[in-house]
Amino acid sequence: MLHLENMVLCRESQVSTLQSLFGERHHFSFPSIFIYGHTASGKTYVTQTLLRSLELPHVFVNCVECFTLRLLLEQILNKLNHLSSSEGECSTHITCEIFNDFVRLFKQITEAENLKDQTVYIVLDKAEYLRDMEANLLPGFLRLQELTDRNVTVIFLSEIVWEKFRPNTGCFEPFVLYFPDYSIGNLQKILSHDHPPEYSADFYAAYINILLGVFYTVCRDLKELRHLAVLNFPKYCEPVVKGEANERDTRKLWRNIEPHLKKAMQTVYLREISSSQWEKLQKDDTDPGQLKGLSAYTHVELPYYSKFILIAAYLASYNPARTDKRFFLKHHGKIKKTNFLKKHEKITSLVTLQLLTLVGHDDQLDEPKYKCTVSLDFIRAIARTVNFDIIKYLYDFL
Amino acid sequence: MSSRKSKSSNLIQADYVSQVQRILRERFCHQSPHGNLFGVQVQYKHLIELLKRTAIHGESNSVLIIGPRGSGKTMLINHALKELMEVEGVSENILQVHLNGLLQINDKIALKEITRQLNLENVVGDKVFGSFAENLSFLLEALKKGDRTSSCPVIFILDEFDLFAHHKNQTLLYNLLDISQSAQTPVVIIGLTCRLDILELLEKRVKSRFSHRQIHLMNSFSFPQYLKIFKEQLSLPSIFPEKIFAEKWNENVQSLSEDRSVKEVLQKHFNVSKNLRSLHMLLILLLHFWFCLGNMLALNRVTPSHPFITAADLMEANQLCSMDSKGNIVHGLSVLEICLIIAMKHLNDIYEEEPFNFQMVYNEFQKFVQRKAHSVYNFEKPVVMKAFEHLQQLELIRPMERTSVNAQREYQLMKLLLDNTQIMNALQKYPNCPTDVRQWATSSLSWL
Repeated sequence: MLHLENMVLCRESQVSTLQSLFGERHHFSFPSIFIYGHTASGKTYVTQTLLRSLELPHVFVNCVECFTLRLLLEQILNKLNHLSSSEGECSTHITCEIFNDFVRLFKQITEAENLKDQTVYIVLDKAEYLRDMEANLLPGFLRLQELTDRNVTVIFLSEIVWEKFRPNTGCFEPFVLYFPDYSIGNLQKILSHDHPPEYSADFYAAYINILLGVFYTVCRDLKELRHLAVLNFPKYCEPVVKGEANERDTRKLWRNIEPHLKKAMQTVYLREISSSQWEKLQKDDTDPGQLKGLSAYTHVELPYYSKFILIAAYLASYNPARTDKRFFLKHHGKIKKTNFLKKHEKITSLVTLQLLTLVGHDDQLDEPKYKCTVSLDFIRAIARTVNFDIIKYLYDFL
Repeated sequence: MSSRKSKSSNLIQADYVSQVQRILRERFCHQSPHGNLFGVQVQYKHLIELLKRTAIHGESNSVLIIGPRGSGKTMLINHALKELMEVEGVSENILQVHLNGLLQINDKIALKEITRQLNLENVVGDKVFGSFAENLSFLLEALKKGDRTSSCPVIFILDEFDLFAHHKNQTLLYNLLDISQSAQTPVVIIGLTCRLDILELLEKRVKSRFSHRQIHLMNSFSFPQYLKIFKEQLSLPSIFPEKIFAEKWNENVQSLSEDRSVKEVLQKHFNVSKNLRSLHMLLILLLHFWFCLGNMLALNRVTPSHPFITAADLMEANQLCSMDSKGNIVHGLSVLEICLIIAMKHLNDIYEEEPFNFQMVYNEFQKFVQRKAHSVYNFEKPVVMKAFEHLQQLELIRPMERTSVNAQREYQLMKLLLDNTQIMNALQKYPNCPTDVRQWATSSLSWL
């Protein structure tokens, strides 16, 4: 069991609760267990690691992957069949479309020798998607032990609290277990765990400290923090690699990395640019102020007439149709008549920039309908550049 | 010498403990038909009489067992069936069909299941029937014994009866109840449901064929009886092999049930929910705390840290049982997300629960950051938007209507699904909450 402690950090009490719930192999466990907690709080990892290291027969299914009833039931049955059959045997694929057949086939499969006297565990990850599937699925799984009359326990893993799952007429209440979020100390410990071997643990721990200082107030998700740590570490080591500072020069290292991390928050964290773009940027060592993000905010320079088309599209999209008369009767076409061909080109280019989107059916070739998808701030900036007071023409600002 | 003796006694102890665990876990986790019936003797008598009338005297009947979740309906019927099967001459003669509303979601599947459970698949073969009624009557004809005058009585048990009432035309229910009224085969239809208004769900023609017999299980025991149940559930049965240990254990349970703090905890639990399932949940947690305060990962075999259950174990179990789950989720949010929740709280206070959108929350947040905050950096709007979307993903806020094409994301109206007490409680427990954030939470006007 000691190696389990090393594999699963900062989760001792949850592991012990789960172990005592599982009990001994042939004991009956509680029919259903519901584990909830924030994303990246270790639910999936701890459950899987525990089941594997205790070598309990289990089936692990992700409800996002198996988004229909048939996929879900078939995957469970086939994985179980795989578990129960001896090695080398190639079993046929089982098909199952309804829950009734599932129960019947489940009873058959668990009659196998090596599954007979022990608790079989079915783990359903991202269980919140079960609520959107057939209505009998969730109550059925909660009672699977009773319905199949076998020693089986279903474990639900989810981010959403149990109260939002409960069906209207009630159901068999599962055992609810909470996986607490990691405290900042725990995060530090876990993140420092994967330090690259070339540098000392203290050096990496100092880096993690700086990273958490910048990002902790915004994000406590372990996966995101780990990703950011890995992406930005090369930049942190740069002064040491170049020879400008040694490992202990904390102030110099801090001054080097801090603006970089702030820029990361506006770009990589928001997925404005991809991680590979970020890494390339670090290598090229350009000024981080020139980043071209996904949002067309700073760097799109539109031609004059395109701007007016965009403004017109915005007004058309967000003003209710009946107010057009009110705004535009006295408006004598500030927009000069342009060549119709050019108008079509300009509209297509706006669609490519994703400032307009096609709405409605694709088959209406001669009368396509568009909608403006920019935000208010952006359109105000554009309108300002052409001296058009857009606020006067917006219904919501009257 | 003494250390060896204590080691061996520890091993013996561990062995007893494993047996105790096994018995108690079976009692709490697995609904075995060996347990005792608490407070439902009258209902039990009624049911068993009804069953005997069908099995032995060939009378047809129908009955509904109604009771809230966890009140013991399934347990009651299982007990009754067990007793019935022990009566002489009954078990060879009688057939049982168990249907469940969760499994048989339409009448076609239900009919196939009935065919399967009556072992008549070969008899039916590939026949095609004109109607449901024909099919069912064919099945029941096939059950007639040699001299074609009498047929085996059949017990139909329909679990989640209210779900059958949602099938198209309620065909299955109509036909089953029709058979119970006509003189074909002796059947008894037993429906189990948690809905008190089940009769409103039935169509007129179905309702008229129903005998209107209802057995109610209402968890009608008082607190002293609840205490007795608690004691009985924890006590070891007399067939336990180690008599001395069992006696000591039962004495400990007795003293526990007389302890004042234990009584308080049980009273609180009883006030919230009377049913035995929630009691079982508490007892499982109790077993867990008794079992592993401490030595869990250390040894290969799990051993308890103290030989008998104490009141402190029950306190801890109760605390775990009565956690506020949304409060736990709020505990894990980042500081920025907490600030957004506080901003929403203030908007709710000012505008009396009117829905808000992201822009309003952002403005409120800006007011705080520009005026008073030293510990919260003025984040860019997209970063705040990401935090807002995370709250939506956790279902702590919800859009008022489905995402409409017309509104932009920042202007979509939302509702907060936490109330003020929950927020304030969660903030109390929030780790390392910056002081200015905490002060802002208590009053939005503290800048005055």
